[in-house]
Amino acid sequence: MNFKIQDVRVPAPSDAPLHASPDALSVALPAGSGEPSAIRKFLLGRGSSAMADKGFGWLMLLCAFSIFGIVALIATELILRSQMTISKFGLKFFFDSAWDPVNGNFGALPFVYGTLMSSLVALVIAVPLAVGVSIFITEMCPGFLRGPLSFLTELLAAIPSVVYGLWAVFILVPLLREHVDPILMRVLGWSGLFVAPDFGVHMLSAGVILSIMILPIISSLTREVMTSVPHSQREAVLALGATRWEMIRMGVLRNARIGIVGSIILGLGRALGETIAVTMVIGNNPQIVKNLLAPGYSMASVIANEFSEASDDMYRSALIEIGLALFIVTIIVNALARILVWAVTRGAPARVA
Amino acid sequence: MGVGIQVTNLNAWYGTNHTLLDINLHIPANQATALIGPSGCGKSTFVRCLNRMHETNPIAKVSGSVQIGEVDIYADASPVEIRRRIGMVFQRPNPFPTMSIYDNVASGLRLNGFRNRRVLDETVERSLKHAALWDEVKNDLKKKSGASLSGGQQQRLCIARALAVDPEVLLMDEPASALDPVSTAKIEDLIFQLKSQYTIVIVTHNMQQAARVAERTGFFLNGKLVEFDSTHKIFTNPGDKRTEDYITGRFG
Amino acid sequence: MTQTKFSAANRFRRTVVNHLASGLAVLSTILVVAPLIAIFIYLLYKGASSLNLAFFTQAPKPVGESGGGMANAILGSGILLIIGSLLGVPIGIAAGIFLAEYGRGSKLANIVRFTADVLNGVPSIVMGIAIYSLIVLPQKHFSALSGGIALGIMMIPTITRTTEEMLLMVPHAVREAALGLGVPTWRAVLSITLRTASPGVITGCMLAFARVAGETAPLLFTAFGNNFWSANLNEPIAALPLQIYVYALSPYDEWHRLAWAGSLVLIVLIVVSVSLVRYVTTRGVLKGAS
Repeated sequence: MNFKIQDVRVPAPSDAPLHASPDALSVALPAGSGEPSAIRKFLLGRGSSAMADKGFGWLMLLCAFSIFGIVALIATELILRSQMTISKFGLKFFFDSAWDPVNGNFGALPFVYGTLMSSLVALVIAVPLAVGVSIFITEMCPGFLRGPLSFLTELLAAIPSVVYGLWAVFILVPLLREHVDPILMRVLGWSGLFVAPDFGVHMLSAGVILSIMILPIISSLTREVMTSVPHSQREAVLALGATRWEMIRMGVLRNARIGIVGSIILGLGRALGETIAVTMVIGNNPQIVKNLLAPGYSMASVIANEFSEASDDMYRSALIEIGLALFIVTIIVNALARILVWAVTRGAPARVA
Repeated sequence: MGVGIQVTNLNAWYGTNHTLLDINLHIPANQATALIGPSGCGKSTFVRCLNRMHETNPIAKVSGSVQIGEVDIYADASPVEIRRRIGMVFQRPNPFPTMSIYDNVASGLRLNGFRNRRVLDETVERSLKHAALWDEVKNDLKKKSGASLSGGQQQRLCIARALAVDPEVLLMDEPASALDPVSTAKIEDLIFQLKSQYTIVIVTHNMQQAARVAERTGFFLNGKLVEFDSTHKIFTNPGDKRTEDYITGRFG
Repeated sequence: MTQTKFSAANRFRRTVVNHLASGLAVLSTILVVAPLIAIFIYLLYKGASSLNLAFFTQAPKPVGESGGGMANAILGSGILLIIGSLLGVPIGIAAGIFLAEYGRGSKLANIVRFTADVLNGVPSIVMGIAIYSLIVLPQKHFSALSGGIALGIMMIPTITRTTEEMLLMVPHAVREAALGLGVPTWRAVLSITLRTASPGVITGCMLAFARVAGETAPLLFTAFGNNFWSANLNEPIAALPLQIYVYALSPYDEWHRLAWAGSLVLIVLIVVSVSLVRYVTTRGVLKGAS
């Protein structure tokens, strides 16, 4: 063999340490050969703990599965307890507008209408504002304001619904009745959406308070989606000489739009099920009218107001069926929203042709 | 005291990927044994089979036998028991981030239910001295977090943590690859001192390191043990052409 | 020549649109922040003037008598939240541990994750009638226990998802270090992984707590409310949000004042916990883990 070995130093078997530190060698070593040390003896006696590990794993699985169990339990309970009206009225239940518990007539259409209408009003108000705030926070806002602003919108999400309701009853409703409704009647009265008599508690006030409540959800998710748009997309548009607005419109909003739609749907899910604040200001009158300044009623509100006084089984079954409908609709809406948001933030193609 | 390791017909897989093919070797007690080879050759998988860490990956499989001292680790005991007898030091220093220096070193004993304060104190001190870290940290053992130390100190802390359970074998998976030269030299000194009491198996991609610290060296290639012999023989007079190519840098 | 004129006009139009859009973004920000500030100002203004010692020490007085407080409702809320936390925190954390440590990528984990999202989206009033049907109806009476269970179930999904996320942020090397020492899996999960992630996990629990602390709808047909002192888990119990709801809709000024005061107390509780959460998360206590 005659190849050369470079840079490889081979210690002879008796070689001393290269940089011996005097301290380490003088330390007492664990008990000498043969007899195991106290620590070793202790650890050898500890067993395999295989049983404990298995038990722990099963316990975690059980807890995880209990979530599935709870949802299943809620669903079956709602279905069973609403059997009476489901079998008696069928699908007609949701297309009949007569709600007359005394005579045993149950039609949920006014509540469905109220829920959809108040949520629609809420979306019309909240969506442009939420998108505007998100644009401001992610694209324009000076750095020192970004933290406090997103904290404020987070706080908006943390305020309990009953506090919103209290504020709406004593501040928002008088404000709308005295200053906003007259203007709406004058300017938009021709549309038939804003006509006298004005009750103060009405569909519009419910919509406004709902819009304030769903704003944080829509804006925080929109923000998340917008920040996940790659920087290169913005730069590409800016490089073409676009103004900032054009950059936002073409570089950011276009790429994020599916995610934004997802966040709007998520906000809708929250609006559909919101109970207390709406109950406090919607007026609680089961009627179907175009006028937003007239009182209405929502699905969640009718449950909140009438459930504890529902004396007979049919009445209770009707209210539980409304709850079941809410349950199913919110599941569908939430699933749809998650899929859309997920599609964007996971870097899937943002545009679906 | 250290014990020898007898490996017979060891095979390992990741999913359908056969990463170790029929490994047979004897690692002598109280010596340092180095395992070298290009990355992906199976040397890391091999040491992870020696303390059954390989099987913590759900898609991993293993067959064959590994005898450590008197114990066949795949037949006679559970993985937990095996790992208590065999210390391991990983490629990147991984002290427990929420624990103080003291708690890090004591963790192997405490988490296994050991409560005696006096013995714990002694063990922590002895282990830190063994790992040549005592003088640098003795004043803030319980004040400083393990994660606040420098990279080289963290790795010595991890060695101290492994020594505290008084293992019979110490496995080191590229312990110095994430460290600067000065820290690397300290770790190598340490290996030199520790091998009189422990059987040490060290994986390295650094041939000089293998030559400096180990009595015996094994060369892995594509999941096979190509050659296993005294370090002197491997680096001066290898028996296999592929070993020769690798250590002279004529490889790939 | 016309070309330049056109592009000058075009540039002018684009600049105007740009400024207009920016102005709208700023305006909407103001419109969003305004109600929040308005709510806080009114809460402080109306609430603080009605807060006194009696509010924290007395139960409500009958209609017509002045004074009285919401002490029984504060106690009631405390009891309900303790029951809820005892149920929701362990199950939520355990389910999060399952998702992060055992079920990674498995079908079962995906099912659990999806149902947690479903549970999170269930309207609170629906949760109320479900618990009513499940517990109150068979027992034939309203109870603190049923209210606490409703709140506990509503805490689970938030805690589960944050626990999972936080555990996934713990580096794999830390887990390996624990297993390499021969520590049993259960011990490694609890004392190493979970402990490393604990700031984030606590954050999740606080968020869930703050969220259910203000819930009214699920308590309407479970805890039901009570005008008197009660700590009996088998009887109806008062709760701060419930009391606020009832008082706000009452015709009495005295009760309206108490409702404002109650709201202020509730909000302070929630704002403190949310701020604490934000402090912990932005401090990046997890940074040491990398």
